[in-house]
Amino acid sequence: MPKLKVDGIEVEVPQGATVLQACEAAGKEIPRFCYHERLSIAGNCRMCLVEVKPGPPKPQASCALPAADNQEVFTTTPMVKNAREGIMEFLLINHPLDCPICDQGGECDLQDQSVAYGRGQSRYAENKRAVTEKYMGPIVKTIMTRCIQCTRCIRFAEEVAGVEEIGAIYRGENMQITSYLEEAVTSELSGNVVDLCPVGALTSKPYQYEARPWELRRTLTIDVMDAVGTNIRLDSRGRQVLRCVPRINEDVNEEWASDKTRHAIDGLVRRRLDKPYVRVNGKLLPATWDEAFAAIAAVDHGGSVAAVAGDLVDCETMYAAKALVRSLGSSLLEGRQTGMAYDTSSLAAVNFNTTIAGTEEADAILLVGTNLRWEAPLVNTRVRKAIKRGAKVFAVGPETELTYKVEWLGHDLSVLGDLPDTVAKIFADAGKPMVIVGGAALKDGHGAALKLVETLNLVRNGWNGFNVVHMAAARMGGLMLGYAAKGGIADLTHAKLTFFLGADEVDYSRFGGFKVYVGHHGDAGAAHADVVLPGASYAEKSGTWVNLEGRVQRGERAVFPPGDAREDWSIFRALSDVMGARLPFDSLAGLREEMYGEVPALRHEGLVSFGWSVPAIDGSASGTIGGYPIKDFYLTNAICRASPTMQRCSAELVHGETFAEAAE
Amino acid sequence: MLADRDRIFTNVYGFQSWKLDAARVRGDWDNTKALLELGNDKIIDVVKASGLRGRGGAGFPTGTKWSFMPKEPKPDRPNFLVINADESEPGSCKDREIIRHDPHKLIEGALVAGFAMRARAAYIYIRGEYIREAEVLFAAVQEAYGAGLIGKNACGSGYDFDVFVHRGAGAYICGEETAMLESLEGKKGQPRLKPPFPAGAGLYGCPTTVNNVESIAVAPTILRRGAEWFSSFGAENNRGTKLFQISGHVNKPCVVEEAMSIPFRELIETHCGGIRGGWDNLLAVIPGGSSVPLVPAAQIIDAPMDFDGLKAVGSGLGTAAIIVMDKSTDIVRAISRISYFYKHESCGQCTPCREGTGWMWRVMERLRTGEADLSEIDMLQQVTKQVEGHSICALGDAAAWPIQGLIKHFRPELERRINERGGSLAPMQEAAE
Repeated sequence: MPKLKVDGIEVEVPQGATVLQACEAAGKEIPRFCYHERLSIAGNCRMCLVEVKPGPPKPQASCALPAADNQEVFTTTPMVKNAREGIMEFLLINHPLDCPICDQGGECDLQDQSVAYGRGQSRYAENKRAVTEKYMGPIVKTIMTRCIQCTRCIRFAEEVAGVEEIGAIYRGENMQITSYLEEAVTSELSGNVVDLCPVGALTSKPYQYEARPWELRRTLTIDVMDAVGTNIRLDSRGRQVLRCVPRINEDVNEEWASDKTRHAIDGLVRRRLDKPYVRVNGKLLPATWDEAFAAIAAVDHGGSVAAVAGDLVDCETMYAAKALVRSLGSSLLEGRQTGMAYDTSSLAAVNFNTTIAGTEEADAILLVGTNLRWEAPLVNTRVRKAIKRGAKVFAVGPETELTYKVEWLGHDLSVLGDLPDTVAKIFADAGKPMVIVGGAALKDGHGAALKLVETLNLVRNGWNGFNVVHMAAARMGGLMLGYAAKGGIADLTHAKLTFFLGADEVDYSRFGGFKVYVGHHGDAGAAHADVVLPGASYAEKSGTWVNLEGRVQRGERAVFPPGDAREDWSIFRALSDVMGARLPFDSLAGLREEMYGEVPALRHEGLVSFGWSVPAIDGSASGTIGGYPIKDFYLTNAICRASPTMQRCSAELVHGETFAEAAE
Repeated sequence: MLADRDRIFTNVYGFQSWKLDAARVRGDWDNTKALLELGNDKIIDVVKASGLRGRGGAGFPTGTKWSFMPKEPKPDRPNFLVINADESEPGSCKDREIIRHDPHKLIEGALVAGFAMRARAAYIYIRGEYIREAEVLFAAVQEAYGAGLIGKNACGSGYDFDVFVHRGAGAYICGEETAMLESLEGKKGQPRLKPPFPAGAGLYGCPTTVNNVESIAVAPTILRRGAEWFSSFGAENNRGTKLFQISGHVNKPCVVEEAMSIPFRELIETHCGGIRGGWDNLLAVIPGGSSVPLVPAAQIIDAPMDFDGLKAVGSGLGTAAIIVMDKSTDIVRAISRISYFYKHESCGQCTPCREGTGWMWRVMERLRTGEADLSEIDMLQQVTKQVEGHSICALGDAAAWPIQGLIKHFRPELERRINERGGSLAPMQEAAE
């Protein structure tokens, strides 16, 4: 624990800390461009120069200098001031003065730091440098003349995203940042470089020229594109969400978000259901709420009512539907749309028990039927971190590129009962072994994977290495609310009246009864429904979601639903009146109290403790994993499918289509 | 004048063959096993006692540098020796002569130095433009392998030592020691942050020493003839003999081995046939390769050519690449050209050098023609100060120093050009009324 002085303030910092961190500990702001807490140290912008004694009589880059005992650091001396002014001047001489039309304007590190540390005028009378734009894909727009060569994007691509596709070419003042051969960066995390870029060189292509940051209203909520539960901030103007950026949550998403999380939002204003529809003579016709409700009330269900939850819905919606189904005399609930029917008697056995952050500590990891890169990209980055700390990774399933080195054990599930000796040895020696079961293996391999808990000693003091990866934001919440029938969706198909809560992946042909779709997009569900009730998307309602590790998180409403659409819970409340089965709550707060009464774990935000127990399932495994459930990362739900950006990403990055760019 | 018997590089002019047989006749590879039998630490002690300072420019004591290497390398982290033959400094041409005419001195030195620092292998990083030289070096290494001098059981000593030759791709910055390591690893040649120093984490993260060709090549001779012999040349703290490379306006430009601390006048008179047009015609000298500040004639003539002596006149020995300029030289243009070189060769990694070198060169070009304001001289001086000492490696310093030297010694010339251009412009025409 080195002790040092920063501007006369004595601080003690952890071993291995840098002088920059020591300065921050002393409450001193150190300007920086290239340094970023989550990336390796480059030390190339030279903005963080400080004076250090003892040391050479020149300023030192504080981001790269280890803090040591008895150092004296000065951040306010003339030497430091001159150094900062000099670097600022150098950075600005070739930076264009296009701030008025720059999307980074207002949230630009270069702007802010030139105000705070710059000299105030330029002495540069020569011509400025111009750099041609580079193509980096459908997400990232480049204006490379603005680049200050901090190399954060290069380091992010290599270290976090795991794709070595961004780099620097040429040298000296001709140095340029580009993607490999100027092709799209094939990462589902590429949008993060936009946040990392301290200037306006890399900006968001779908968001270009949309808004100035000070016009936007910021709402903190939770992402529903996958089951990770990325903490996000929705920036909206008027009734439209214009931007989605991640919030920092060390336990969940650190400060990253996948491209789907960021850019599916333009699907929120397309293909929306903004009024109720009723099917008349085989055709859906616009209707009023009263007409739609009347059509539902007229169904003679005789107590045979069911509800199918979609992948994106919040716990409140599911609870309201459940309450209605119950008051109509039924208990048919299911959320696993694709027909999965794994055992849910122990929720711990279908939970990501190691926790997302805990994944980093694992030293041996076995992936069973999961394409983690697509199913939970931000869990995949944690696996990468674990590998950096020495973990070995094995996988059962069809080979796919996961951005790290994996030893593939074939795609036959029977290998789970008979691991190769070398693998078994590594797991036997591991202190924190981990098994991650994906959707492709849950059907046939759940029992065999659970058996590994015993054979590989996955659950030990302070460590639970058994994990299941879900792909739906609604899954864990749904399971907690009882959206799981013993036989899966097959148990529900006979219902005379079925409510579909934004369920678009379900096989509608199996349902014979009256179908009511409550959702926000005109996707598969609306096309098959007899009555369509327009609901709210995740951006338009306050809700509770439980992520794949059983973390209860709440989001706030950012905008109002379009047209006649209403928040889902209020739809069920109103419908219950018409159906003569009035639900006992009149407000979201009232609903939540009811819900907490039934599932107390949902009351408090944070990790839910399910208590470890292994259900009695047949532990033998047979069969092969033919493929992974996600066939196209960018088009997994109704919002994505309505999003032009996601369609473009899918066409270009998954299906390899090329797009001609207009010459500028 | 250095006696012929005291010369280390006896074939520097290529009058004899470079091949192994001829090299053996000159004394190379003569019982190298016995040198190795001195033991690692003894070799380092002798080199330390000889007072040898690194010949690549910085002048760090070579023996001390070797002693930083781990004494007991771990099996998965062997020690490496990297030999810097990326001789790209304008004016320098000594390593080239060693490699093309006396390559076995270098290879033997690699073995001896590598053994002393317990290195597993030596990498010789040779400048990309040295095509014939690289051919000679490849062939010489093959000869040495064929004769069992290196490789498994090198020279019968029981020590396994490999020598790899790697060709650069034509970037000056790859002569910087850590950029060289990056380049050897196959990455973009950009200097690394220090610390960690190469002796801690160098090539492939293993302990590494980077030495200049000349520093390595003289080691076997020092061991054979003793530290006292080597340290009998030169002034205190600047011992030994050195290859001086004199170019520019002397009657006979040459590469010559001389004792350190030889006065400039004696060096030029003895080996170069004097200054073109006589001593009165001497304008200035860049004594250590393009990166050191120039020294005007009056100060250099009697200065001793060594690290401390040149430091005293505000310059440095560098690689002892002496660029002599007589009064026919357009001194501003010369420095502007050097400035262009650094702008061209900056790697672009860190801000001051990337942005500053281009700025300095552009101002220098305007100063050359006088198309500037008097105040811009001071501004340029400030810009050089903003670059110097603020960059990751020394290229920023190297780009700043020549300009600082020019402003320090030739400011009147810069002002003259500006004033002349300003005065030579036609006076503003007044409109007739």
